[in-house]
Amino acid sequence: MPTEGRLKEDGPAPAGRFTRVAMRERDPRVRARDFDEVPCGYTDDEARREAGRCLNCRNAACVRGCPVEVKIPEFIGQIARGEFAAAARTIKETNALPAICGRVCPQEDQCEKTCVLGKKGQPVAIGDLERFAADWERRNGTPEVPAVKPPRGKKVAIVGSGPAGLTVAAELIKEGFDTVILEALHEAGGVLVYGIPEFRLPKEIVRREIEGLEAMGVRLVTNFVVGRTQTIDGLFEKDNCAAVFIGSGAGLPSFMGIPGENAIGVYSANEYLTRSNLMRAYRDDASTPIIRGRRVVTVGGGNVAMDAARTALRLGAAESTILYRRSEAEMPARKAEVRHAKEEGIRFELLCAPTEILEDSDGFVMGIRCQRMELGEPDASGRRRPVPIKGSEFTAGCDVVIIAIGNQPNPLIAATTPDIQTSKWGTIVVKPEDGRTSKKRVYAGGDIVTGAATVILAMGAGKIAARSIVEDLVGEG
Amino acid sequence: MNDILKKETLAPGVIRLRVAAPRIADRRQPGQFIILRAAGDGERIPLTIADGSAAEGWIDIIFQVVGAGTRLLAELREGDALQDLVGPLGKPARIERFGRCLCIGGGVGVAPIFPIVRALKEAGNEVTTIIGARTADRLILVKELEALSDDFHVATEDGSLGRRGFASDAFLDLAAAGRKFDYAVVIGPAMMMKVVSAMTLERGIPTCVSLNPIMIDGTGLCGGCRLEINGETKFGCVDGPEFDAAGIDWDSFLRRLNSYRAFERRTQGHEQCRLKDV
Repeated sequence: MPTEGRLKEDGPAPAGRFTRVAMRERDPRVRARDFDEVPCGYTDDEARREAGRCLNCRNAACVRGCPVEVKIPEFIGQIARGEFAAAARTIKETNALPAICGRVCPQEDQCEKTCVLGKKGQPVAIGDLERFAADWERRNGTPEVPAVKPPRGKKVAIVGSGPAGLTVAAELIKEGFDTVILEALHEAGGVLVYGIPEFRLPKEIVRREIEGLEAMGVRLVTNFVVGRTQTIDGLFEKDNCAAVFIGSGAGLPSFMGIPGENAIGVYSANEYLTRSNLMRAYRDDASTPIIRGRRVVTVGGGNVAMDAARTALRLGAAESTILYRRSEAEMPARKAEVRHAKEEGIRFELLCAPTEILEDSDGFVMGIRCQRMELGEPDASGRRRPVPIKGSEFTAGCDVVIIAIGNQPNPLIAATTPDIQTSKWGTIVVKPEDGRTSKKRVYAGGDIVTGAATVILAMGAGKIAARSIVEDLVGEG
Repeated sequence: MNDILKKETLAPGVIRLRVAAPRIADRRQPGQFIILRAAGDGERIPLTIADGSAAEGWIDIIFQVVGAGTRLLAELREGDALQDLVGPLGKPARIERFGRCLCIGGGVGVAPIFPIVRALKEAGNEVTTIIGARTADRLILVKELEALSDDFHVATEDGSLGRRGFASDAFLDLAAAGRKFDYAVVIGPAMMMKVVSAMTLERGIPTCVSLNPIMIDGTGLCGGCRLEINGETKFGCVDGPEFDAAGIDWDSFLRRLNSYRAFERRTQGHEQCRLKDV
């Protein structure tokens, strides 16, 4: 029995103060051929050991690194003591979607970045522990339904059921508002269901988190496109809403504008992932088709590009390649996602940009023409600008090309609500400190405000906007 | 919600469903469409709204049974409900006081032409309508369109009703007779729209068509419905479905409609093996 560590009396000792208890992951050769989740999650014992590494700093830097200010040392202490249900409750006080955040938040840039242990070794695996607590609660009996205040008789419409909208809904229902989420697709969850693949975020988890909100009284209306089925003004005038939150996301895919981009077999990452995830094209009995390429090229270096390239492998591609115009250091994807992709055999063609997609006489993709790049001076984003190398063009054969170079905000709401101020990029302008738009009683947050960003930033923005909604609507009596 | 109030067979394999959809009925305008899922994990099918009543809270959709998805839809009965129904989607059709309007509908494309004919008429235009189909029993909305139009022509390929030939032949008759038009709308199979709009444009008539590219969400998310219009990429769902025929890259559009040919053949082969009846 080891004796070091502060948990020697009430639990197993940590593996080492500066070394993480690594989360087990499935064999890359096996997982690259199915859609089951990659990491296995902690066992009770592993979680307690990892939790035991936390120093329980009085001035917890990790909490300040979290956009929704989860009480991190408190829930980790509870895990260390084996109080798993209590840990889940603690997280839920500030975070409505812990099982999701534990999986898809970039903790390495947030809470874990500021962890004191990170100065000398590996920071506490806060994300993995959050995931553990949420999963434990889901597996062990019914999650507790948080208390809600008595109804105030005021209706708030939330546009979009992605991370921002779900967060706002959780906050407002607790405050006693009649909370209605309006979702354009036939299934709720936004990017969590159409974009992020099953092997990174099982849809069952999203469904359960949304059911949790419904159990609190949130009403969910699918197949409702705000701007078409009803306008923002109509929501106030005809549907008696007292406030509207817009969390419609950045759903409009960008294309490169190169020749051949409309060939058959060229997909936006949105379309490719939506076909596979939301429309279940990955299943044999699916009614939605998807072109299962043998050689698939994905253009882009973000998390979405990793998701698409790894999905292609799982759909049976013999070869799945990422094409990125800068070097690995500039890749916006999380390090863990890049590592997972490499382990599974995704090829990386770095410092390389497509110039043309080649099609056969029937219009199907047959290859891609590329150009090697080198890094020049830093550009506006601070990253070194890729510059084409003359005479470096080459052609590679492929039958599917996935464009994952980003998304723009969906213009529909702005176009049908002229009195909402937007930026030249089409994002909705809000005051960052309160989420209020230029239109009275209309709030916004998430990718529709920031452009494509992360789940947790959208949730942070949702919390801020919810606070303003409560302030404005309670204030007016 | 989305209850089927009435179901009628208009022609062999062509069905009209009247669906309870008060919100869509209240907001819809000519040229707009809906997306529906018949049942279960079915595909999302985009269909133009053929008619509707805001007061009574229903819309009509007309579809042809062509694949697995529409076959599932055709199996639903009055009293059943659609699994999902979303809309109205897309931009409304251009409705202005143009003067002399020509509306040409081919096959099941006669259904989306119907609300446009009525709206153009209500906007004070003189409307000439031509509809065409392979045979007389495949023509739909004949009486309705005849009643609405100032001038009405029919073409069937076998000559079983109206002029023998295509809708385009009926148009050429009018053109030869010296008839002039200020605006034309052509809706039908992709190849028919390509050919007929070339004829109307050639004669200097500004022409719009309604395109039906393959799409999933209908809100701009997937980009699968992208089209090349005047060298620019546009999305059929949010920039259309109606486009000026003059700028359309028809070959790209026609090719992209065939994206899933192999898949469709497979699912059809599964479900309707003709050998069984032999």
